[in-house]
Amino acid sequence: MSRRDWSLHLGLVALLFALNWILPAYHHGVVARVMVLAVFAMGYNVAFGYTGLLSLGHAMYFAAGMYGTGLVALHLEAGAIPAWFAGLGAGLLLALVTGLLALRTAGVSFMIVTLMFAQAFYLGILYFGDITHGDDGFVVPNAARRVAEVALSDAGPRYLIGWALFSVTMIGTLWLVRAPFGRVLVAIRENEDRARLLGYDTGRRKLGALVISGGISAGAGAAYALLFGYVGASFAGVQYSIFALLWVLLGGAGTVIGPLVGTLFMYYLVDLSTEVTDAYMLIAGIVLILLTLFMPRGITGALRQVWRDLP
Amino acid sequence: MSDVTKKTGLVAASDHRPAAPTRRQALKTLAAGAGAAATMPLWARYASAQSAEPIRIGFGKHATGIGAAYGRWYDRVSQAAVAKINGDGGINGRMVELVTEDDGTDPRRAAELLEKFANQSNCDIAYGTLFSHVVIGAAPRAGELKLPYFVVSEGHHVASGMLNRWTVQPGITDVKSQVAAMAPFITDMLGKKVTMIFPDYGFGYDHRDNLTPAIEAMGGEVVGKIAIPPTETSFTKYFPQIPRDTEVIYHVMVGPAVLTFVKELGEFFGPSRPEIFGFIDSLEAVDINSPGLEFLEGTYFWEGMPRYLQPDAPDYVKAYRDAVGLDANGASTSDPSDVSTAAHMFGCWETLHVIKAGMEAAGYQSKDDRQALIEAVEAMTEMPAGPAHPQGAKIFNGKTHQVFGPQYISKVEGGKLSLVHTASAEETLYPDEVDYTTMDF
Repeated sequence: MSRRDWSLHLGLVALLFALNWILPAYHHGVVARVMVLAVFAMGYNVAFGYTGLLSLGHAMYFAAGMYGTGLVALHLEAGAIPAWFAGLGAGLLLALVTGLLALRTAGVSFMIVTLMFAQAFYLGILYFGDITHGDDGFVVPNAARRVAEVALSDAGPRYLIGWALFSVTMIGTLWLVRAPFGRVLVAIRENEDRARLLGYDTGRRKLGALVISGGISAGAGAAYALLFGYVGASFAGVQYSIFALLWVLLGGAGTVIGPLVGTLFMYYLVDLSTEVTDAYMLIAGIVLILLTLFMPRGITGALRQVWRDLP
Repeated sequence: MSDVTKKTGLVAASDHRPAAPTRRQALKTLAAGAGAAATMPLWARYASAQSAEPIRIGFGKHATGIGAAYGRWYDRVSQAAVAKINGDGGINGRMVELVTEDDGTDPRRAAELLEKFANQSNCDIAYGTLFSHVVIGAAPRAGELKLPYFVVSEGHHVASGMLNRWTVQPGITDVKSQVAAMAPFITDMLGKKVTMIFPDYGFGYDHRDNLTPAIEAMGGEVVGKIAIPPTETSFTKYFPQIPRDTEVIYHVMVGPAVLTFVKELGEFFGPSRPEIFGFIDSLEAVDINSPGLEFLEGTYFWEGMPRYLQPDAPDYVKAYRDAVGLDANGASTSDPSDVSTAAHMFGCWETLHVIKAGMEAAGYQSKDDRQALIEAVEAMTEMPAGPAHPQGAKIFNGKTHQVFGPQYISKVEGGKLSLVHTASAEETLYPDEVDYTTMDF
């Protein structure tokens, strides 16, 4: 990996760190939230952007992390750290089980199977309402939103934890896609038959990619529950799977910083449009169409035309 | 006793609950309230001298998503209430300005909006939202931002103790009190053996869990509980599960499938049917004369406030309806096919008037007085029926941050809803489940 690659990504990490002391209150909160959601998008990017697995079920992994953390905090009165690991574990396990079944299909069938799994998961949350509080969701107890004497609900710690999670995930993803394992994933995305012909066990690697992807998404969901204090079924709905797809497509599928760019862009597109007109979805829709027409590889995908080896 | 309580002479709600207030206590409170109101012009002049900036109220509106029909009418009523308040001189001499943004009926966006109202839009307080999951998702941020959050949700989540001291529901009653107040009418007037048909998720469970003990307490029995998945589009296969000895069917189906539900229920029973009681939530914003709803003739509905103008409606109810733009059938005066959400939207009018009363009692000047505003609202008890409370006289419980008020039962007669019974606010009280006043700000 070139010095320029490291400079870009470490520079982004440093910039986001510095923004903690620079941003006004509102944008400080927005960027904290966007960084956590961008982790979700980065998880999706590992499956879709690098491996070519078009999933419509990733909200399930995000929600598994969220509920794994929230339920352990609520019913077992676990602290923040064990609760976060419980969420992460729930997501990893779910990704392994669903991956073993869903990866028996490919292409459109894979998309439909993941969508069905996610829908079953969503309805399961409603069905087991006595435990999950159904569609209403629940507030994560404040006792679980502390690490030692630090309250995760405070603006500063929330931002820095979001930043830490984002930074570790981005650098980890960067390492992953530059490692031999990641290069095989790209080979699978480009031509799975050829990768198999070269002797790679593509099934195992796709499963590995999906488990990593689901785990990252679950880590984001678990962090979201702790940092923002709410666990709800709406996060398991199909629209959150589509959000992840949209953020990655807009930012640039198969680029490491694309998910952050896409998430940030979509957030401010909606936020600023609402201040202009009630028909803000129309503005968002037109911008998305224009982007798709003129930047089919997303914003950072377009950047690759001048920075050809951008990770 | 808080500073606000000392200033206004209002008696803290915690001195009264859970017992219902006596007439003497009510008169005492009213007298204290009148005394506080008498000082108003002084505060107003002082306030005007302090700031001519409008009081900005951040309004999270369900403009899109599943709550859009409610959001449209919540917006209209809120605009009308603000126009009325401003026409009467504003709050503490300052005009009121609504800062309205769409929350998409989404809890994540609603929480983001609270951050925007507090840190970007320069709002004094936040207000609005109906759907329970949106309120529950946003309320933790209100607590963290120390932003007064006035919700119009009717969910039990406020009074259950799930939320925080900064979240209050002073303008609409909660589902627990609504359901409990229906049981005496059902068992006394319609029948003792009840079968419930409800959606198989939180909203339906609220009814299942609260109606069953209330019916049993009145000597009745819930003989059947039929939960229907929210994705269901045809209901015929569920009706054979209704026990033969059912005397009353209690239904709370919501969503677009409700028209099919009613039609298929009518076809199943034919001319001989048990009594039927439903919650108008099923048919909010839906014309009762829509094709397929003929079967509802002669059935009963709970209404938070009568949709149709009743013959004996007081002048303040007529004034409220005129201000909001409601015709006699409960539809928009500009479009008779645009049926309102009358059973819920009055809560916006009343909540905004409570905000006005609270700010005046607290001598609200700036965001530094947000805590005093919450304390002032917590100190409220009686809310007499009138222009500020057209739905009826209410009792506010400062401990639980929840208001209690009358509940209405109407019968479908000649394609209209006619009021047949009113349950008083006192009949809707239940023991406290939380005391927010003991929590830190």
